[in-house]
This record gives sequence, C-alpha cells and structure tokens, in this order.
Amino acid sequence: MKHADEPGYTNDIDCYIKYGGYDELKKAVTMKPEDICAEVMESGVRGRGGAGFPAGMKWKFLDRKSGKPIYLVCNADESEPGTFKDRQIIHKDPHQLIEGMMISAFAIQAELAFIYIRGEFFQGYRILERAIEEAREKNLLGDNILGSGYSCDIIVHRGAGAYICGEETGLIESLEGNRANPRIKPPYFPAALGLYQCPTIVNNVETLCDVKHIIGMGGKEFAQIGTPGNTGTRTWCVSGHVMKPGYYEFACADITLGELIYDVCGGLRPGRKLKAVIPGGSSAKVLRGDERFTGKLKDGTEFDWGIEDIPMDFDSLMAAGSMSGSGGVIIMDDSTDIVEALANINYFYAHESCGQCTPCREGVPWMRKITQRMVDGEAREEDADLLNNIADQIAGRTICAFGEAASWPVQSFIAKFKDEFVEKAREQAARRKEGKAAAKETTLI
Amino acid sequence: MNLKPETIEKIDKLVPRYPTKRSSALPLCHLVQEDQGYLSNEAMEWIAERLELEPINIKEIVTFYPMLRTEPTGKYHVRVCRTLPCALAGAYKTCQRLEKELDVKVGHTREDGLVTLEFVECHADCGRAPVVMVGEEEYTDIDPDKAAEMAAKMKSGELSNGLPH
Repeated sequence: MKHADEPGYTNDIDCYIKYGGYDELKKAVTMKPEDICAEVMESGVRGRGGAGFPAGMKWKFLDRKSGKPIYLVCNADESEPGTFKDRQIIHKDPHQLIEGMMISAFAIQAELAFIYIRGEFFQGYRILERAIEEAREKNLLGDNILGSGYSCDIIVHRGAGAYICGEETGLIESLEGNRANPRIKPPYFPAALGLYQCPTIVNNVETLCDVKHIIGMGGKEFAQIGTPGNTGTRTWCVSGHVMKPGYYEFACADITLGELIYDVCGGLRPGRKLKAVIPGGSSAKVLRGDERFTGKLKDGTEFDWGIEDIPMDFDSLMAAGSMSGSGGVIIMDDSTDIVEALANINYFYAHESCGQCTPCREGVPWMRKITQRMVDGEAREEDADLLNNIADQIAGRTICAFGEAASWPVQSFIAKFKDEFVEKAREQAARRKEGKAAAKETTLI
Repeated sequence: MNLKPETIEKIDKLVPRYPTKRSSALPLCHLVQEDQGYLSNEAMEWIAERLELEPINIKEIVTFYPMLRTEPTGKYHVRVCRTLPCALAGAYKTCQRLEKELDVKVGHTREDGLVTLEFVECHADCGRAPVVMVGEEEYTDIDPDKAAEMAAKMKSGELSNGLPH
C-alpha cells in the first residue's frame, strides 16, 4: 500500500496510471505465463489470508491437463476478527488489486475471475464495480487484453455475512449458489478440483497485490524483502487497547511486536500494562504479556524472547506458539477480564459454525454456554478443564480448519490464564457468601 | 412480485455473466432484498423460478447467511459490531446507550417501525472501533455519547437511513 495514504492519491484509474499503475500488467502480457509462475515461486510469497501457504506452490498444484476451464478467485471475505487490511486496499487502491488479479489470471490462464467480497463492504463493492468498468474501458480486462489475445473478466460476488466463506472451499460452495459448507478433503487444493469441479486458484487480496510487485521488481528482488521464508511486506492491523490502532505495513521481521505496540501504535493507555496479545486474528493462540518464549527456530538458532521481542513474521510467531494468520493484532491491557474476552470469542465462533460437523456444531456452542455461565455468576472451578476437554475433542475432528479456529482460543486462554478462570469461580463464591450478586457487570459480553 | 424495472434489468444482466445460473442465487437474493426490504416466501419462489431451481434451494441459502432477512427492518437498520476488538473499545456500552435512547431492545424492531437494532459480528474495521452501521453507511469510533447523538438524529429523521437513493 505504497501510495494509498499519500495526500492527493485517489482510487480512480487515472490517478493509478499516473503513479505507474498497470505497467506491470503491460509487462506481464508479453511474458510467458509459466515465467510469471516461476517469478512468483522464486519470490517465496506466502498467502496473506491466514494459513501462510506459499502462493507459488499453490499455483503449481494447478491441474492444467484436465482441459477444463481454470478459475481465479480473490478471497476478499476478510472475516477474521481483528483484520481490516483488505478493506483499505479495496477502498483506497482498488486498481492495484485488479492489476494483481489480471496478472495472476494471465499466469494461470484463467477463463474467468471472481472477487468474493464480504457482504458488509457495501461501499467497497461499488468501488470495485466502478474500477472494473474503468479498467474495461482501457482494455485492461475483458476481451483481448492489451491486444495480447488473452481474455478474462472479473465478477464481483458479494457474500452475506458468513465467516465460513473465508474458508476457500466454503467460499467456492457459496460462489456456486449453495450454503457455504466447506468441502471434504482430499482433494486438498481447489487447484485440482474447485469451482464447478474445475481447477481453481483462491488467493487473498493482499497476496494478489503482491503478484503485481513481484512482476515489477522480479521474484528474486522481492525475496530480498524480509527474511528467507518470510518475504515481502505484511500489513499489520492493530486493534484493542493501544493509543493509535490502525493498519501499518512493514517488511516481514522488520519490526518486533514491542515496536509495533509502543513505537508505531503509541503504546498502551496511560497507567496500563500489557496483559495479552492475539497476534493473527481471533483464532490465533493468545500470548501472555509477561511470558518468556524460548526454543529453536527452523534454522537451528535458539531464541529467548519476551513478548516485546518477537519479530513480526510468519515463522517467529509460529515459533512463539501462535501464528501471524491474517495479520490482525488484538491488544488487551490489564483492564481486560480474560474470561469475558474468551466468552466474547466463543460467542463469535458459536454464531459462525456452519453446522456441518458434529464436534463443531455441538461443541462450540457448548463452550459458549460455559463461558457465558461463567460471566453470568455461575463459574465453577472445574470449568477450565471442562472447556479444554471439549476443545480437544473439536480440533482435528472437523472437515475444515474452523474446528481449530474455534478451539485454539479456548485452549490457549486456559493454558496461559488458567488462574483467572479458577479465580473467577472463587470470587463469585465469595461474593455469594457476602450476600452479593455473584456476577459483576460485564463489558465484553 | 412487483420488482422495480431497474432491479429486473440488473438481474437480467447479472445472471448470464455466471457460468451456471445457480451461481447467481446469492447476488439475486441481495438484489431482491434491496428492492423489497426483505425476502418473503413469494420472493424466494420467484428467485427459484428465475434460476430454474426449487424454492428450497433458495430458502436454504436465505436461512444460512446472516445478512439475508425474511422480515422487513425498521426505517433505520442499525447494526452494532460486538466482536472482540469492538467490545474492547466499548461496543457493549455503545449498544446499551442506543437501546436506551431509542427505546428498543437489541435484536428487535421498535413497534412504530422507526428502528431495528441488532448486534452483528465483525465489520472488518477494527482499527476504528466501535463500528456501527446504519443501512449501508458505516459510522466509526462510536462511543456512547456519539451513539446518543445518532439516536437523536434518527428520532428527528435528520440521519440518512444509509440506503442508496
């Protein structure tokens, strides 16, 4: 998002072109599609949607021999709580996405491309529709793009408020006009069998924008940004208890979590201490503010970090026991009631379970009921163990990763803050003894 | 079904763009809901027929996606995000204030039809929490006082209902 927030930068095509926009598409259509794929592979760019899977590898799985049409789908569902980076790109620089998509579509020789945009982005939908028409007028998409003989259109498809549509096979089901129930794996990748049972590539908005820059600077140069295995930039979306929440783009590993919180986001509110951070969207495992993180990185180097020392990249956050996920960094200070925070998260996942797999359909609402009961004044000392037990029976037993997404918060909150769950029960018992109402007024649920 | 001519025109343009008719089911639900305010049984049957599907194929979509409605909303459709980042920024207090000022319980429509107040999940603008949507219009950093101002403007009719045209 180099230009998006510069004064005078607007989201229309003329401004985009003035800043050199669509030069990379012009270059791409003179290249061989397989050479573009090779550049993306060499760049090492990993998916920005959550899983961090190498995009070049995903493209490589594409079944090109089936003879069926190939589809490109941009995942703009941006549904992971704490994430708001795709919104910025769509609102402020839609042509960057369209250019990245058309280069990618050409590279995989897609017949048709879709942008699956979350239903709540009413304005973003209109901006994209307008931007696509602007690009069509200039022959940057549609028939015979820039005289290359290659044709591809983009359809903007609106979701309707379901989190599960961020899961790529759920998204595909939704695009086909069905409930967004994720598909059974294998096939593990829609690149083999996806939309309409045809080879399909699903990439996140930010990933597709990266493709434009990979073609601009070359895969090798792109791979110089960040560290090996963690290439390119990431847009960190910071929310919660900091003075200046917002989105901030940095090269991978260029900044630590502490620098992000204290230098970039203006630190915590006066007099407050850091209690917990969820570093990659609400399904990422929580990190405790006073924890030490020790172990070995992939390359064998040992590390011993406080929370503030963790470099912000894929592998470091994984080494610290969590994940960079979709880049949504949620900060909680010491005013936060941890049980309430988990009750809030459980409410979300219980609401969003698609209901297909029994462990998730039954287990997640059960966890929600328990944490709700706990904040309502009926907490029991054994609740933490019970919650853990349920979560353990969901994760790994469902068709899609929603099972993990809903279990990881519970497992990590309890692993890191079990004392507060037990304390809640004791406190309520004591208040009851004093003849007071057991429950306190809540703020997070 | 009395759909506006411009809705019909949009539908006729949209359906052939998709490789299969069924793929346009969700967009059609959006268009018909925007035209009618909600999706009645009649509307669902109409969409099914237009796409050569059975009514159940549309009903199962409508009951799956939270943004599709089978009942009309009030003049102002107010959606307050309650997900963690908004909650940390005080969304529950914002919502309580709206309940009080608008005299309606969250999850309900006021009897006179002025407003429907709902808690919803993440709007993906967590850096400017709490986020409140009125119709299609987004309002950010809405603390209880700003919520009270919005409520007053809804009661006086000054606030836009956030719907196009």
